[in-house]
Amino acid sequence: MARDLIAGVQPRPHDPAMTVDAAAPGSGTSLAARFGASPAQIAALALVALFLIAFLIVPILRVIAVAFTGPDGGFSLVHFGDFFRTGLLREAFWNSIYVGVMTVALASLIAVPLAAIVARYRFRGAAFVHTLGVVPLVMPPFVGAVAMQLIWGRNGAINLLLLDWFGFRIPFMDGLNGVIFVEALHYFPFILLNLSASLANIDSAMEESAQNLGAHGFTLFSRIVFPLALPGYVAGAALVFVKVFDDLATPLLLNVTNMLAPQAYLKITSVGISDPMGYVISVIMILCSVGAMALAGLTLRGRDFATQQRGGGGLSRRPLGRAGTIAAACFVIATLLIVLSPHVGIFLLSIATVWSFAVLPDGYTLAHYATIMREAGPLIGNTVMYCGLAGLIDVVLGATLAYVVLRTRLPGRKLIEQVAMSAVAIPGLVLGIGLLRTYFDVKLPNGEALATFWLMLVIAYAVRRLPYALTAASAALQQLHVSLEEAAENLGAGKLRVLVRIVVPLMTGGLVAGFVTSFATAAVELSATLILVARSADAPLAYGIYVYMQSAAGRGPGAALGVVAVVVVAVATFLAYRFAERERGLKSREVF
Amino acid sequence: MARGVTIDHVSFGYGSGPVLDDVGLEIEPGEFFAFLGPSGSGKTTLLRLIAGFGRPSSGRILIGGRDVTSLPPWSRNVGMVFQSYALWPHMSVARNVAFGLERRKFSRAEIARKVRAALDLVGLGPLADRRPAQLSGGQQQRVALARTLVIEPDVLLLDEPLSNLDAKLRVEMRAELKQLQGKLGITAVYVTHDQEEANTTADRMAVIDSGRIQQIGRPVDLYDRPANRFVATFLGTVNLIDGRIESGRFFADGADGLVLEGIDGAAGPACLSIRPQDVTLGAASAGVAATVAAHEFLGGIIRYRLRAGAHDVVVDVPHRRSAEAYAVGTDVGLILDPRNVTVLR
Repeated sequence: MARDLIAGVQPRPHDPAMTVDAAAPGSGTSLAARFGASPAQIAALALVALFLIAFLIVPILRVIAVAFTGPDGGFSLVHFGDFFRTGLLREAFWNSIYVGVMTVALASLIAVPLAAIVARYRFRGAAFVHTLGVVPLVMPPFVGAVAMQLIWGRNGAINLLLLDWFGFRIPFMDGLNGVIFVEALHYFPFILLNLSASLANIDSAMEESAQNLGAHGFTLFSRIVFPLALPGYVAGAALVFVKVFDDLATPLLLNVTNMLAPQAYLKITSVGISDPMGYVISVIMILCSVGAMALAGLTLRGRDFATQQRGGGGLSRRPLGRAGTIAAACFVIATLLIVLSPHVGIFLLSIATVWSFAVLPDGYTLAHYATIMREAGPLIGNTVMYCGLAGLIDVVLGATLAYVVLRTRLPGRKLIEQVAMSAVAIPGLVLGIGLLRTYFDVKLPNGEALATFWLMLVIAYAVRRLPYALTAASAALQQLHVSLEEAAENLGAGKLRVLVRIVVPLMTGGLVAGFVTSFATAAVELSATLILVARSADAPLAYGIYVYMQSAAGRGPGAALGVVAVVVVAVATFLAYRFAERERGLKSREVF
Repeated sequence: MARGVTIDHVSFGYGSGPVLDDVGLEIEPGEFFAFLGPSGSGKTTLLRLIAGFGRPSSGRILIGGRDVTSLPPWSRNVGMVFQSYALWPHMSVARNVAFGLERRKFSRAEIARKVRAALDLVGLGPLADRRPAQLSGGQQQRVALARTLVIEPDVLLLDEPLSNLDAKLRVEMRAELKQLQGKLGITAVYVTHDQEEANTTADRMAVIDSGRIQQIGRPVDLYDRPANRFVATFLGTVNLIDGRIESGRFFADGADGLVLEGIDGAAGPACLSIRPQDVTLGAASAGVAATVAAHEFLGGIIRYRLRAGAHDVVVDVPHRRSAEAYAVGTDVGLILDPRNVTVLR
């Protein structure tokens, strides 16, 4: 109590110079004084660190250790030798790289023109493009995969029509093509959103000064606009690559097993958790994932330009001619139709009696919804519980970490933040394998392994989604000027009172947005789920969809469950968006 | 090559109310011309129209006698320095400066020579390989200037170029700017809301308000002989006294009977514009009787607020260490030379 009081009269920690002065020798060298943090804050940071060490660092190190341990128990590269000597695994490796790169390419073909149209031209369909940026995100790729087969597959609706009218088919969905197609349709928004944000940040004077010096048309685009927008594009592209690399369920549902993620999964589930090859594949997946992120970082080094100078506000939009408007409208509508095809497909499938070798289902029924009403209760209940808990953990950890990083000078806080953010680059499958291996021997009082206890799913989700919540919390806290807290302290409020009365209320919007984002994305997470679900009673919604979709008879109910999942995620995303918007509105009025 | 600029009955407007309303002016070749006005007056819009960013809804713009109204920005050969400098962060200083030359198809050697010359001109030769983000505000400003001057534009347009600099640097840069312009003999158009900046740099200036030109002329003429109330108040502190002129005498409105002798002008309602330093304070017996209501010490001058009948009058008196200020409540006399009075209608 007395110490809190002392901490309360320390200079505020946000100003490094002041805090260094406060830590001058002889002025009481308690931890609090030295780092401008109270013991409670130190304990909070330690707790976050402990969580990350236990459930992110140790499991990943465990995976790496197993991969490098030889048959005699010492360090060895023998398993990696085996990996590259095995034809199937070599093929899987190149296939994964190929699918990742091609997905980025196809997603770019969709996203770049859309972003360019919206950023550069006055175009009435801009609202459609914004819809395009969100619609794919509400449905995970694996949910739509089967429906995509029925629409774009060899014997799907489109190819049946093509064959009928023109006598040929297009192999949209054959083998790896299918994975690329489905993933690109799902993940192109990452490029669209990042690139659009980049374009919107370019000061119109950047462009005008080039015009003033004689540049226009293609020169203007290639010399000025494109280089300035590149950071956004690269960030989006790296994210797409990493997501695709990590996706396990989509290839499995499309019967593609010669890729890395399915191979790792099959090794662990069929051979067992002691088979080293699963770990070797995991390490290679981490390397590829981190490598892609690092490559993106390298490309962008020194390009972290703050072009948002005074007087910014994006490029000036120019009118599109008649022909241009028609071309843009055609492109947007065509893209919208293709992008919506998995959504339409999954909906049709959910109300179809039989849909096979036909353009449209043979008949329609609500029986599948009746089936899931009977069977899916526990699945939905589990999802709500797991993802709710995971979201809660994320908000608490994210807000704590954001506060410690932004408001104290505790050593190591930046490192812990980076560790938390690095979860983005760790494939869910690998985290699942690591958690399974690490906590398989830790027994609960009832004799069950901790690794197979349902709480492990919650933890896996929490670790994987922490970066989202952390970003949201940091953004919310950054907008909160420290003077608001100082004003309260000046009026006599203690640290805790300031936190409860000032900080938390003003961060609410950001925290809610962080919670909902964590919740919604965890609800459709499947890579870690597939590894960690031990029995069907513990299974969440995503797992249920996957299991149903595997059998021909289960497709209808699976699709119906998919529709339920889409609705849940869509509502949650909408809520998150609304909260973020409302918060932004409040902030701009309240502060400055 | 210095060229003049003609703004011929230009109007510009979107939505409600015109931003520029029938603006006409003539800028001579080699002249340093300022657009002075409060924010939102339309001065920047007018500058951007000269550069080709936006098209007038009516009227013409001529540069060196050539009608450029329908030319796009990239075909006009006018150089613009942006308020934010707009240096491209992904290019080095030298690449920024070379950009306009590359568009103009010079040989590589020629470009290198011109870039070096331009950077030397603004004193930044050694920083050619830096990125803009590594430069101070003043250095960025010079790069922006070099980038614009290197293309040898017909007209140099400057949009509040000093507003992002601190006060001391601003004074240095404006002198440098003026000197550079004189050396190159280029026509310059300068937008600012700071009258001191306009006074010190411009040969002539146009005071703009609400999209209209209020007055055009040499800074000292505008200060001494404002055409209307807006110009009088915008260009410094002024006493405006409403009343009427009758046969060489001015009768102020109100019941106090304030009368000034020797004011020439047509009989009828008028407004007198009197600068604070043009009034002398004397003994109570001399001139118009007034009482000191308040005084402010401004450093070089003391500003008195005086009560003359029903009127408030502001008078500036040079401050000297040896002279004591008049205390509040002291009765004084206001002495005024009619030559220093401007009659507004």
